[in-house]
Amino acid sequence: MIESKNLNLYYGQYHALKDISLSMPPKSVTALIGPSGCGKSTFLRTLNRMNDLIPGVRIDGDVLIDGKDIYKDKKMDIDVLRKNVGMVFQKANPFPKSIFENVAYGLRVNGVRDESFIKERVEKSLKQAALWGEVKDVLKKSALALSGGQQQRLCIARALAVEPHVLLMDEPASALDPISTSKIEELIHELKRDFTIAIVTHNMQQAARVSDYTAFFYLGELVELDETKAIFINPKKEQTQNYITGRFG
Amino acid sequence: MTHLEEELKALKKEVTIMFMLVHSQLAKANKALHELDKDLAHEILLTEKRVNAQELSIDRDCENFLALYNPVAVDLRYILAVLKINSNLERTGDIAEGIARFLLESETLFDKKLLEETRITQMFDIAVKMMDDISDAFEQENTALARSIFRQDVFLDEVNRAANKSIATYILANPANSEQALHILSTIRKIERVGDQAKNIAEEIIFYIEAKVLKHSKKNA
Repeated sequence: MIESKNLNLYYGQYHALKDISLSMPPKSVTALIGPSGCGKSTFLRTLNRMNDLIPGVRIDGDVLIDGKDIYKDKKMDIDVLRKNVGMVFQKANPFPKSIFENVAYGLRVNGVRDESFIKERVEKSLKQAALWGEVKDVLKKSALALSGGQQQRLCIARALAVEPHVLLMDEPASALDPISTSKIEELIHELKRDFTIAIVTHNMQQAARVSDYTAFFYLGELVELDETKAIFINPKKEQTQNYITGRFG
Repeated sequence: MTHLEEELKALKKEVTIMFMLVHSQLAKANKALHELDKDLAHEILLTEKRVNAQELSIDRDCENFLALYNPVAVDLRYILAVLKINSNLERTGDIAEGIARFLLESETLFDKKLLEETRITQMFDIAVKMMDDISDAFEQENTALARSIFRQDVFLDEVNRAANKSIATYILANPANSEQALHILSTIRKIERVGDQAKNIAEEIIFYIEAKVLKHSKKNA
């Protein structure tokens, strides 16, 4: 379970997230939608403390993952947090290494030395990311030689290799063709059996297709959070309706 | 106005034309029944082709809109409602055509006493008014007017329920006119179905504007 309570975030003087309280049930997909600059990616990054890396950021309120406050818990180890809360970005960012080593990277960084274990985990992760069939015979090939869609699935496999509980996806398919997009969406559908997923997307139809819940952000506020069906058939707030129907002005 | 809004406006115009066509068919059938005007009945049969063509055209527009614009929320509800309203209107057009065919088979003017005792004239006038009101409700997005249809339909149902008895009484008293009486009974059944179609349209208007599903509920009873 992911939960934020009265979460506020400031970039210096700029109040980027205003009193955000929401929860994401385990093993579900929540889509975060809203116009550019509304705070959805900022919110996503608060869930694995990626914003800590930005100078001048100040956060108050609570973010609980599986009951632990990731900002106030003094024992919180950021590396362990990021292992548990994996992230996939808009642009695929494979390392200039082989396909195998890309997926094995997180395990090696975490000190795993058992090669047979690593091999097993790489295979499992590539299968989970629906990429195994396409790369099983070319694991030593450079990851940079893969197509954009394959690279993105490789990055998902890399995130999955360290067995996170939560997967954050920031526009994971926005740079992909429809076939690769469809594979990523199908993958999200499969992954929610085991993971809690939060996805930022500008593609309304994608949000409708892949998510169980949808949260609409505007000007740093959470305007509406509901089941995706309710949001796309009968949103309660006029702002939400105007946004999803393209009448935002 | 956005491109999407222009397309929705154009679709609304086409549905309004469909309403006008069907309303005109019903009004002509009503007039033709009163006056046994066979020329008018013929006209209804000819215009029915236009109603069918308009139905196909609106269906095609809705399919295109769904495929090209991926509507959601109120736009999705609107397209879903228009698809059903279109079908309800086409069926109403069929009912007018059915009445016109009966009239073409009839040899003599209907007995005024028969018309009075069955209250078919009042019933037909109300059915035509219901189509008029529901057309206005659609055009003005007026759910209060749409809801008034449920009340008006009560009279149509009541006349329909009473028809068996009044027609049976009439046939006993006027056995020579029994064929005519049966034509009137059949026409009453058809007009009652016009009321049902108007009610269905009212439910769709309320669904798309208020996102409330009245179908199969007792709220409109």
